[in-house]
Formats: sequence, C-alpha cells, structure tokens
Amino acid sequence: MAQMTMIQAITDALRTELRNDPNVLVFGEDVGVNGGVFRATEGLQKEFGEERVFDTPLAESGIGGLAIGLALQGYRPAMEIQFFGFVYEVMDAISGQMARMRYRSGGTYTSPITIRSPFGGGVHTPEMHADSLEGLMAQQPGVKVVIPSTPYDAKGLLISSIRDNDPVIFLEHMKLYRSFRQEVPEEEYSIPLGKAEVKRQGSDLTIITYGAMVHESLKAAEELEKEGHSVEVIDLRTIMPLDIETIVASVEKTGRAIVVQEAQRQAGIAAQVIAEINERAILSLEAPVLRVAAPDTVFPFSQAESVWLPNFKDVIETAKKVLKF
Amino acid sequence: MASKTKKTLADAVKQLEKVQDQFETLQILNEEGEIINEAAMPEMSDEQLQELMKRMVYTRILDQRSISLNRQGRLGFYAPTAGQEASQLASQFALEKEDFILPGYRDVPQIIWHGLPLYQAFLFSRGHFKGNQIPEGVNVISPQIIIGAQYIQAAGVALGMKKRGKKSVAITYTGDGGASQGDFYEGINFAGAFKAPAIFIVQNNRFAISTPVEKQSAAKTIAQKAVAAGIPGVQVDGMDPLAVYAAVKDARERAVNGEGPTLIETLTYRYGPHTMAGDDPTRYRTSDLDNEWEKKDPLVRFRKFLEKKGIWSEEVENDVIEKAKDDIKEAIKKADETPKQKVTDLMEIMYEEMPNHLQEQYEIYKEKESK
Repeated sequence: MAQMTMIQAITDALRTELRNDPNVLVFGEDVGVNGGVFRATEGLQKEFGEERVFDTPLAESGIGGLAIGLALQGYRPAMEIQFFGFVYEVMDAISGQMARMRYRSGGTYTSPITIRSPFGGGVHTPEMHADSLEGLMAQQPGVKVVIPSTPYDAKGLLISSIRDNDPVIFLEHMKLYRSFRQEVPEEEYSIPLGKAEVKRQGSDLTIITYGAMVHESLKAAEELEKEGHSVEVIDLRTIMPLDIETIVASVEKTGRAIVVQEAQRQAGIAAQVIAEINERAILSLEAPVLRVAAPDTVFPFSQAESVWLPNFKDVIETAKKVLKF
Repeated sequence: MASKTKKTLADAVKQLEKVQDQFETLQILNEEGEIINEAAMPEMSDEQLQELMKRMVYTRILDQRSISLNRQGRLGFYAPTAGQEASQLASQFALEKEDFILPGYRDVPQIIWHGLPLYQAFLFSRGHFKGNQIPEGVNVISPQIIIGAQYIQAAGVALGMKKRGKKSVAITYTGDGGASQGDFYEGINFAGAFKAPAIFIVQNNRFAISTPVEKQSAAKTIAQKAVAAGIPGVQVDGMDPLAVYAAVKDARERAVNGEGPTLIETLTYRYGPHTMAGDDPTRYRTSDLDNEWEKKDPLVRFRKFLEKKGIWSEEVENDVIEKAKDDIKEAIKKADETPKQKVTDLMEIMYEEMPNHLQEQYEIYKEKESK
C-alpha cells in the first residue's frame, strides 16, 4: 500500500497496463516527454519508450482516428484528450465510429480503446476546459463512461477500462487530481465497470452521485447526520451503464432519494437515474426524487464558479426538501 | 514599407503558380489506347493486363446490374461506379493481399476484388449486418459513410502496420468533395508526421452531389493539398488504368520502404447519378460534359490498347460479361436466403459482454421473437 493522489493512481494504472500488455499504447498531446499537462503520464515514455508512449499532432479528431486504426491492427490504445471540452472535435471518431465498430462490422472488428480526459470545475480553468459533457457520451450506444472519485477507484477502474474490449470514456475530475491522498495497493487490482459503490451507509435518504459531487455529498451527509438524518451515499463510478441494482436496493430501503451532479440540469445523467427509479421503485418512494445540478447556462466564467457550481450546501438544501416533503 | 509588402504579395502569387506547375497530370494511355509515356509504363505481364481488363468489364456490368436491381427494389443504398473503373480497380490491382483498404461509400468494387464476397456487398447495400462481417484474412473494412473518417483511420492503420514491422500499406479513398473535410487534412498530416505507410486516393469526379469541384476550393489541383502535409502528391488521369496502376505501385513501394505516405488525385468521372436515392444529374451537369467524359471511358481506351497487342477479343469480353451476370444472379440469391435480422442479433453485436440494461431488453425481445 502507498499513499497516492488520484493522479498518481492513474499513472500507476497506466504503468501497470503498459507492463502487462505490449499492445497497450499511450498517446495524445504532450503525453510523452512532457509527461502530460497534469503529469498523468509522467515517466512512462522514459520507462516504455517512444514506441509505446508518444505525442501526436494537435488534432483531436486525428487522435481518435489514430486510435481506431491502431485498434484495427490489434493494439489497445489508451488515448488522451487534453481537456474534455475539446471532445466536440472528436465526436465523430468516438460516437460515430469507435462506439459502433463492433456492431457495424457484426463483431468482426472491435475498438478496445480507452479515452482518458480531464474535466470538472472549481480550479478556475479557461473556457471549455471544465465542462461536464459526460451526458453526451452516456447517450451513445456502444461506449461505457467511467468517472472515478477516489485514487483507489481510479486505479482499479482504469485497469478495467483498458482491459475492456469495448470503448471506455474515462473522465478524470481535475479538482480531484491532487485534493487528497488515499491508500492504494501497489499491486494490480481491478474494479468491475458498471458497479456503483455505497460510500456511506444510511437509512433515511439516498444520495446518488458521481465525480467531485461524491465528496460534496459525503460532506452534506455528515452535516445532515448532526441533525439526526441518516444518509446513504452511492457513488455511481460508472454512469453508462448504470448500476440499477444498487440504486434500486438503496431507494427501496430509504424511500427517499436525490441525484447530485455538477453538470447543468438539462445535461449530465441525473434525469436518467430518476427515470429508472420512477419506473422501478415508485411504490417505495415517500417523496419525489429531486436533482441537484448546475444552472442551465454555459459553464461559468472562472470568477463565477463559486456561485454557479453545486456544492454541499445545495445538497443539504435539496436533501431537506425531500426529507420534509 | 509599402513597396516591400507589395513585392512580397507579388512573390506569393508567383509561388502559387509555381506550386501548381508541379502537379501535372500523369498519363500513360491516351483516349485512343496509345502509349504516350513509355518511360512511366508499369511492368505488367499480358496476363495481368488481361486480368485488369476483365475486372473493369466485370465491374461495369456489376454497376449496370446494381442500378437495375436497385430500381427493382432488390438492392438498397447504391452509389454508381461506372466511369471510375480505372481509378478504383487499377489502384486495387497494385495492392497485395496484406494491404488494408478503408473504402468510402462508392468504393465497394475495391473491397470485392480484395476478397469480400459479392453477396455480402449486396447485403451491405440492403442494410444487413452480415454484409459487414468481413471474412478472416480479407483486409478491408466496410464502406465509410462519414466522409473523411476513413482518412484519419487510415493513418492509424498505417501506423499500426509500421509498428508491427509489416511490409504492407493502408489505402483509403475519398472524393473531390471529401478533400474539403478537416479529417482529410488531419489524416494526411498525421500519416506524414508519423511517416506511416499510407496511400491516400482522391477520386476527383468533378462533382460532390451537385457541387462542382471549383466550389470546393480555389486550389487548381487536389494533389497539391499534399504540400500542406509535407508529403508527395500526384495527379493522374483517372480514366487511364496504366497511369493509376503505376502511381499506386510507386506509392506502395515508397510506403513499404519506410518513406511515408502519398496523396494521389485521380481525375475521373461518374457516368451515373451520385446515388440511386433520387439524385438527378441533369439538374447540375450538361450533356456536353457527359459526352466529353464518355470519350475518355477507361474501358474503351484499355480495350483498344489490348486489342492492338492481340490479347483481347469480343469473345473474351462476352465471357466476362456472362460470368459477371451469372455471379450476380447467384449472389443476389444468396443474399435473399440470408436470415432476416432480429433485434436480439443487433444487441448481441453491441458489446463483448452485454451490460445489464441491454440484457434486460434482450429478454424482452427474445420473448417477442418467440411468438
């Protein structure tokens, strides 16, 4: 075991898979000698060489095409999009191409590609760096979308993502990169995709969340506990596919739920979670399932982040509405 | 200062003219079937020459029959190929089995001659997943509908081959309109930066649906777009099978020798509409232009050339035509006999392991299908 930040756990997972499988290739803008703009690939080119870890020209679409073509030659690409706001440049390669490769070829070809990309607010980035666009990806049949919130989860989920034989979008929240350390095993381990985790047990209310909002929700749960409310917090970890079983079991136990996301109310994945609960557990509900989400505006100018981004106070407020419904 | 600026611009105009001069059209066989460029003549045996002609005739028949089958409702999506036989088939003829083809939607003939069974090509046209289940060892992918996507993917396939140490190339095709896409540029630029063994072909048939090539770009040739990627560009007479073959053969040799990619523009023409989905070329093309290009027909000039060599006759051609018709009949029959698609089939080919939500839907459809 070692104390690792999330970024160190990610590097560790990449190193593990580069060692395990000679077909794993890591590439993107400035991921080579520079070690990545966030140091996620630090030291990897030195250890594995330019054949395995390499820089590309500055063109996201080309990087996506490169990954698809390399996969057609039997490689296992782990490509990076520098910031997920730049995904629009590579939407066709992801949603139009790699997500459909297995299906359109009737299983002849596959895209065992992992797309790593940072996102998320709270660190005053310039425009189009922090947007939460996971909702776009989750609507595309053929991909899986993974969003870890802890160093431990990040390593296990990234190893699983790279080993998955279908495309996985692995979104890394920038605020969580170095915000805390956690015990992470040095040896390899994996966490199954599509499995949520109950991060805190409770009996009065279920909070379903992911990404940076996991920590806001845990903080809110602690505050609510002081007022006598027992709150369960579910970290989805994979937002596509959803772990319906874990969500429904919790809601059936607590009878009340809220869904917390950083994305705008019209975006993200919260609406999908609520629809699933409504279809499967309405008879258990003591109150409607409410959402904590950002306002339906463009991601804020950096100085406005603090008033715009949802935080634990919003979670407490919405939780109370549901508890007192 | 002012005069210096003026001079700089004057130089830039001169530079443009100079660039264009570097992309003269490579032609070997003229419209009369005469060799006009002996030096560029590729080494081909009589058998190879005959085989290429056979494939071109066969493919012309395939086009005629496909149009007719489409009109009868026995085929679906179809993009006519008549006129482009030299461009499509002489380029494929220069490849080896281990080369990987990333075709556009009009490039079905190339993947058929690379090994895709004809009935599967018909299933592709109709919209059946079994049409895209490429047989083991046939290095092609199904026709790409997103114009330009095949270019960036070709850069990746080529880099993969280079990393594997293979002596093979990735070859991909787009049209004149496709050269305006971002992925067109990114594809050739990536392949250039990685010195990857890729051959990029632009089949310039002068029209992207109704839009003439002059409205795509102010560039006088598409071949010169290679300059932006720092790779060689060649413009060839795309109605001349020998010129197309020679250009692709050269590009292949450069590529497998580790010298990087090449962009080849073939000047060609489609005699038919853009697709069979209601496009009417008389709205945007004059009959004069059609007539002018019909004189350039690749079959006519190649036939003359082979006849003069004494290695082609009407009988041989008729045999090819009959063979094509028989094959097509049989392939359509085989396509008809292919079981209909079920929703559960489509679910099974989404992921290696079906996620829970799909599993749930699978059970629902399984139940529906059992009734």
